[in-house]
Amino acid sequence: MMTPLDLSPAPGAAPRGAMLRSQTAMELKLLLRNGEQVLLTIIIPLILLIAGTRSDRIVDLGPGRPIDVITPGVLALAILSTSFTSLAIATGFERRYGVLKRLGASPLPRSGLVIGKIAAVVLVEIAQLALLSVVALLLGWEPAGGVFPWLWLALLAVLGTAAFGSLALLIAGTLRAEATLALANLVYVVLLVGGALLVPLDRYPDAAQSVLGLLPSAALGEGLRDTFAVGAPHWSAVAVLAGWTAVAGALTTRSFTWE
Amino acid sequence: MSHAAVEVTDLVMRYGDVTAVDGLTLRVEPGTVTSILGPNGAGKTTTIETCEGFRRPHAGRVRVLGLDPVADAAELRPRVGVMLQSGGAWLGVRTEEMLRHMASLHAHPLDVPALIERLGMGSFARTSYRRLSGGERQRLSLAMAIVGRPELLFLDEPSAGLDPQSRRATWDLVAELREHGVTTVLTTHFMDEAETLSDFVHIVDSGRVIASGSPGELSGDGSRNTIRVTARPGLALGPLADRLPTGSSIEEPVPGQYVVTGDVCPPLVTAVARWFSDQDVLVESMLVERQSLEDRFLELTGKALR
Repeated sequence: MMTPLDLSPAPGAAPRGAMLRSQTAMELKLLLRNGEQVLLTIIIPLILLIAGTRSDRIVDLGPGRPIDVITPGVLALAILSTSFTSLAIATGFERRYGVLKRLGASPLPRSGLVIGKIAAVVLVEIAQLALLSVVALLLGWEPAGGVFPWLWLALLAVLGTAAFGSLALLIAGTLRAEATLALANLVYVVLLVGGALLVPLDRYPDAAQSVLGLLPSAALGEGLRDTFAVGAPHWSAVAVLAGWTAVAGALTTRSFTWE
Repeated sequence: MSHAAVEVTDLVMRYGDVTAVDGLTLRVEPGTVTSILGPNGAGKTTTIETCEGFRRPHAGRVRVLGLDPVADAAELRPRVGVMLQSGGAWLGVRTEEMLRHMASLHAHPLDVPALIERLGMGSFARTSYRRLSGGERQRLSLAMAIVGRPELLFLDEPSAGLDPQSRRATWDLVAELREHGVTTVLTTHFMDEAETLSDFVHIVDSGRVIASGSPGELSGDGSRNTIRVTARPGLALGPLADRLPTGSSIEEPVPGQYVVTGDVCPPLVTAVARWFSDQDVLVESMLVERQSLEDRFLELTGKALR
């Protein structure tokens, strides 16, 4: 026997913590259910990591063992794929299908929507970075010793996520869903190939280096390569990522529309 | 002090150069079902979405449960249930999952399995939103609107795309919610929906309310009703016309079809029947037609397609 429906009004919001947990769990579930996202966030970085150990035959990564050069770049790529491409596409379609609008009429506060997204992105990144690091270590990766490189990884991941996440929401909150999908994938490929993400900045032509160095992809890639080679990133990597976060964050706050 | 559930005063809403809502004023009494009826593009959705807090009025004032839908959104959202005209769920989410998620955002939600059963959603409870039919999406959307047990419901075209059974189930549910004290505001362009369901109807056209009242009041006061009689053609109507009350008239627009127009009341019906009987003419059919809400609507908003 079913509980009879009591249709009398009994309005009220759930406790904030419960709403945030529920929203994060939902975001995470939908992200993992989406095959392309798993491909983008796990499979492609794994393939590049494994291929990277043989990379001297494909592209000249410069001095050092290929695995030590490619691993920080692959970690940076994993952060880019989740906090930028995946987030932009998901948010673009949520906007298109009225999900943001409908949730905007629910007791979940708008900040809760954003926090749910960030929490889901961070949880996926933790899983990605853990998995990729373990695989890299098994393949013979020798990161700089001690706990500090790992703390820098956490800090740079947070900064990179903030910068790329703001850019993702900037695109998803202003363009149509199809345009967001196209642009998010295009930017991913362009930064992967030409953004000093995987390939060290000093492998690019001299003239291009000063411009490329200002990209968030270069800052994250170089920052992580320095971190795992010498124990800490150059301060400029932190500054560039913080700058992108500030600019994109401000633009997003102004321009984001919910439908 | 008792507030109106919804009070819209001189609302103006524009999209670029287009004025979608142009000085609209309406009031919704607590505990009623109120329909906003109007042709496509009349400004119904814009009005309702302004009440839901999605848009800020360009001019005029909107109060919902006595509060400002934008400034007091945090306080209002748990108390108001919303059914959007379309969409509102992730493509990859399953019906029951979506409903449970909405329930989890509320303090005292309805029992989800019972609600699924009540709205006949069991057959697609585990189907992803992507694969639901239009009618199934409508039912989920309605369930999402009521699962938080709101005191005020906004339903934007709740029965669009529904089959007759689901439509009836939706109406029954709205009627039952009213018995429990829930106020409902719905937009529709179905006359029968407005007529059957609502205590009060606002007819909206070109961004303004052009008529308001109960469905009975709006359908007319009887002065424009007709009696249609089918009988032998070619009867001399002069003698009958003399016996009819002033203000009534009779004509035979099609041979054998007689139409009496006027204030249709029982004595008039009797008088018409007796006259045919006195002529020794067998009346084959006699039909009293009250002006419907639809006639009134077309009279007010015109018959041109838009």
